[in-house]
Amino acid sequence: MSEMKFSDEHEWIRLDGDIGTVGITDYAQEQLGDVVYVELPEIGKQVKSGDEMAVVESVKAASEVYAPVSGEVTEVNETLSDAPETVNADALGAGWFVKIRLGDPSELDKLMDEAAYSAFTAGLG
Amino acid sequence: MTDPAPEKLQRTALFDLHVEMGARMVPFAGYEMPVRFPGGIIAEHLHTRSRASLFDIGHMGQVTLRGGDVAEAVETVVPGDIQGLAPWAMRYTMLTNETGGILDDVIVIRADDHLHMVVNAACKAADLDHLRDRLAGRLEITSLEDRALLALQGPRAVEVLARFAPACRDMKFMTAQAMRIEGADCMVARAGYTGEDGFEISLANDEAPGLARLLLGEEEVMAAGLGARDTLRLEAGLCLYGHDIDTATTPVEARLGWTISKRRAEAGGFPGADIIRAQLVEGPKRRRVGIKPSGRAPAREKTEITDAEGRTIGEITSGGFGPTVGGPVAMGYVESGQAELGTGVKLMVRGRARAGAVAALPFVPPRYYRG
Repeated sequence: MSEMKFSDEHEWIRLDGDIGTVGITDYAQEQLGDVVYVELPEIGKQVKSGDEMAVVESVKAASEVYAPVSGEVTEVNETLSDAPETVNADALGAGWFVKIRLGDPSELDKLMDEAAYSAFTAGLG
Repeated sequence: MTDPAPEKLQRTALFDLHVEMGARMVPFAGYEMPVRFPGGIIAEHLHTRSRASLFDIGHMGQVTLRGGDVAEAVETVVPGDIQGLAPWAMRYTMLTNETGGILDDVIVIRADDHLHMVVNAACKAADLDHLRDRLAGRLEITSLEDRALLALQGPRAVEVLARFAPACRDMKFMTAQAMRIEGADCMVARAGYTGEDGFEISLANDEAPGLARLLLGEEEVMAAGLGARDTLRLEAGLCLYGHDIDTATTPVEARLGWTISKRRAEAGGFPGADIIRAQLVEGPKRRRVGIKPSGRAPAREKTEITDAEGRTIGEITSGGFGPTVGGPVAMGYVESGQAELGTGVKLMVRGRARAGAVAALPFVPPRYYRG
């Protein structure tokens, strides 16, 4: 499994073969607060990098989750419909949103590594 | 995070305490206010329903009105029965405009020799202009910029406050009293906006942090922010000004007709009286109702409400997640013919119709102390 990469919209992706698992970052879940609802895409949906792919709702507001890479949605995390709070408890693990079969693995090069993302969020104050 | 602060935000007397406690501060009605503390909104909400929480509501405006015929004068700007207020009783009423719309919803307390009005932060400046415009010749109107306001809310609030102010124990819901608490001169009202028993305490800004720390030091009490205040009042079926009520909604449409006594409705003498009286008699064309979405997806403010055939019948004005209900809750306006409890509706959330129904308000039964 490859290292985790991060988007400036606060999604993470980790590649296993040609399938990337995608979620929102710990920084994002902390900013959102208690997550109460997650709307996931249909399996088989084609997404382009930067597309709105899912919706995450906290007590306060609904926010879009963007596809960090292009490809086909092969799996969604059904457990989030009954237990959306998993996103707060384990954003980088059990709180994953979707799996995407990457169309173009070179898109990963445009994303940040952990050190760069950490510096990016530190700059957001 | 991308919005530049358009103007300098004001701070309440408890600002430093909020920051010290790790609050997430957000701009609200011109003030920098705590939206939540590290425990999070759901924990703060549930704690308020089971124990007691301390809220800073010092952004709200406090105004005193003095004059020989003060109650009669104030009745020319609100439809509530102010002349009938017993000493140290209080009322929820509204400032209305000429078309019966609501300029603000306010609390009026009859203090010893004057009326004390509590108004919404966002409306404070406009309310003062309006009051002075209408009443300056008759009354002395003072905005108490040096006063803080704390709300201690929850079933254990009385037990906690009685340790420092034993007299609060026998107060009934919607009454107030002047008392000293740990050396501070306070005006304590048994009231709140959470649906729970509790108190609102007005005191000098410089004494507020001391009292707040004292109350937070009690084991039942946790700090809560505006996020929990919003979910609590929504479950309690209470209106948020600028969302559920505004200048385009009347008290009757908002189902606040109960705040208008028979005498006031018949005699009028407040702005918009004819329109409001007609609506009380004939019924309004639309009404505020509770809306319960069927699934787990929240239906938020501005969500379109349609009937089963897809015809628009109204709009959500407040909606989100109700932690005590354990699911989404909302309120909004629908055509009066569609307002019956249990009426099936569709809620257009992100372009998709989701099922819901007209539901009774409040979503959570109130637990006010009526003696």
